[in-house]
Amino acid sequence: MSGVWVFIEHQDGQLKAISKEVLGAGRAVSDGLGAPLTALVFGQNVVGVAASAFAHGADAVLGCDDASLARFRVEAVGPLLAGLARARAPQALLLGGSTNGRDLAAWTAAELDAGLVSDGIALAVAGDRVKVTRPVYAGKLLSTVYVKSSPQIITLRSRAFPAAAAGGKTGAAEWVAPARSEADIPTKIVGLEAKKAGVSLTDANIIVSGGRGVGGPEGFAPVRELAEVLGGALGASRAAVDAGWIPYDHQVGQTGKTVSPNLYIACGISGAIQHQAGMRTAKMIVAINKDADAPIFKLAQYGIVGDLFKILPALSAEFRQRLGK
Amino acid sequence: MKAVVCIKQTPSTTAVFAVDNGVARWDDPGGKPVVLNPWDEYAVEEAIRLKENHGAAEAVAISMGDDSSAEQLKTCLAMGCGEAILVADAAFAGSDSLGTARVLAAAIRKIDDAQIAVFGKQAIDGDTGQTPVQVAVKLGWTPLTFVSAIKEVTGSTITVERLIDEGKETVTAPLPVVISVVKEINEPRYPSFMGIRKANRATIPVWAAADLGVNGGVGAAASQADWSHIYPLPERNTVVQLIEADTPEEQARVLVNKLFEEKVI
Repeated sequence: MSGVWVFIEHQDGQLKAISKEVLGAGRAVSDGLGAPLTALVFGQNVVGVAASAFAHGADAVLGCDDASLARFRVEAVGPLLAGLARARAPQALLLGGSTNGRDLAAWTAAELDAGLVSDGIALAVAGDRVKVTRPVYAGKLLSTVYVKSSPQIITLRSRAFPAAAAGGKTGAAEWVAPARSEADIPTKIVGLEAKKAGVSLTDANIIVSGGRGVGGPEGFAPVRELAEVLGGALGASRAAVDAGWIPYDHQVGQTGKTVSPNLYIACGISGAIQHQAGMRTAKMIVAINKDADAPIFKLAQYGIVGDLFKILPALSAEFRQRLGK
Repeated sequence: MKAVVCIKQTPSTTAVFAVDNGVARWDDPGGKPVVLNPWDEYAVEEAIRLKENHGAAEAVAISMGDDSSAEQLKTCLAMGCGEAILVADAAFAGSDSLGTARVLAAAIRKIDDAQIAVFGKQAIDGDTGQTPVQVAVKLGWTPLTFVSAIKEVTGSTITVERLIDEGKETVTAPLPVVISVVKEINEPRYPSFMGIRKANRATIPVWAAADLGVNGGVGAAASQADWSHIYPLPERNTVVQLIEADTPEEQARVLVNKLFEEKVI
């Protein structure tokens, strides 16, 4: 048995936020199982990423540094990870619930015929099992699930676990050869258009969202302004997206994104059950709505009943002053 | 070349859930308790477009589920799929995503000249999003997930745009492929009147375990995850504190003070 493995995602030589969270969660699982924590660092020119994984608490690093891994492709990384897991038999494998992490977890589980639980929001060790709390039915119910076989493959929801802090730990990584040569990887990446600047909804500490109550595309201006003043992300309800007022990648809810910011400010959003499914795990919810009976007020800690076109500019001005902007 | 679209019956998005003796139960105030998984509507539309625009000979809908899933398959026929097949067997009940992947892979293999399998990015009940990649691995096909546009299909390759955390990635892969699609890919059509009439008259064939040569590795006994513990969400124990004042400026000042006190800014 070779302990707990965590898959590291990185960009420009830096650990991604989700990977610091996975390292933090992995440390706790390792300690619970009394087993070492191994970070998997795959990519090109990733010696610095390996050092960073040690600094964030890994006991060992298993790495592969190769041009074929320069950009994530599940057909390159999947067989590499599955091969290593077959040879070394980890007890648990934790990955971030990112687009790449989800693909890799599914690939690895299928290749190993192993069990997989996705989207964990809390973990607890019981004996040699890792019990995973995860939402089901779009967050309308919870379940506690565990994998009966080994390895126990688990993906973790973004922002659900505290990030590991960097310390002074160092170590020597073990480097292995890739599983597939470039010629054996069928998928070729022919272009990447990086995401536009701006805070992504799933990473955001603060989200300001608009709904039907903003009344039209122009109505998002004060919502966007408040998001910018707070350094937060701009969200929207499905009603606003379906009306064509704002692009779909801003949608929060059951058929949009699931978010867990520290602060969620809902403006002109009634709080339909589908919207709640996407944001009810926010630490604090503030609702601004002209309808005092809107269901959103049942979720909110603070609320203002009134006209968002008067309240939002006042809030932006007040925050600007307090934050010295 | 045929396109196969894999669909699932799910509770409707407006369903309200409760737990009864450890089993999830739901009611729908809208009176439509089960629907075609909303993400799958985009997959069905794209499979039909593969036929209309990219030279697929047929769009075939399949669903693994109980007899009642025939209703959602009829929706696929009414939208424009040419064939629909229900994959059902008591032995499949309680399968985990890997068991489901084994069954769907066997069904896709049985469809002559299937080259592209299309899925919605996830189902709104389990929300795992694991099945498309697992089906691809079981078939030995290339998985292309989170697809937001199909750019080109040639006789032997496909080029797609994927919407991933880093941005928009364009990739080319040889056929056959399994793709999962996101909402940006299209605007699903409504079933036509003629389509609905045709779908209502259709008899949907059922493929069971024996038809697929599926032998073991499926059903509750083979599931590697223990799903027995399911429960309602803890209540958000909050009573809203409404901020009242004479002017919006005053309301803003009070709220901002509270948010600084709560240390969420």
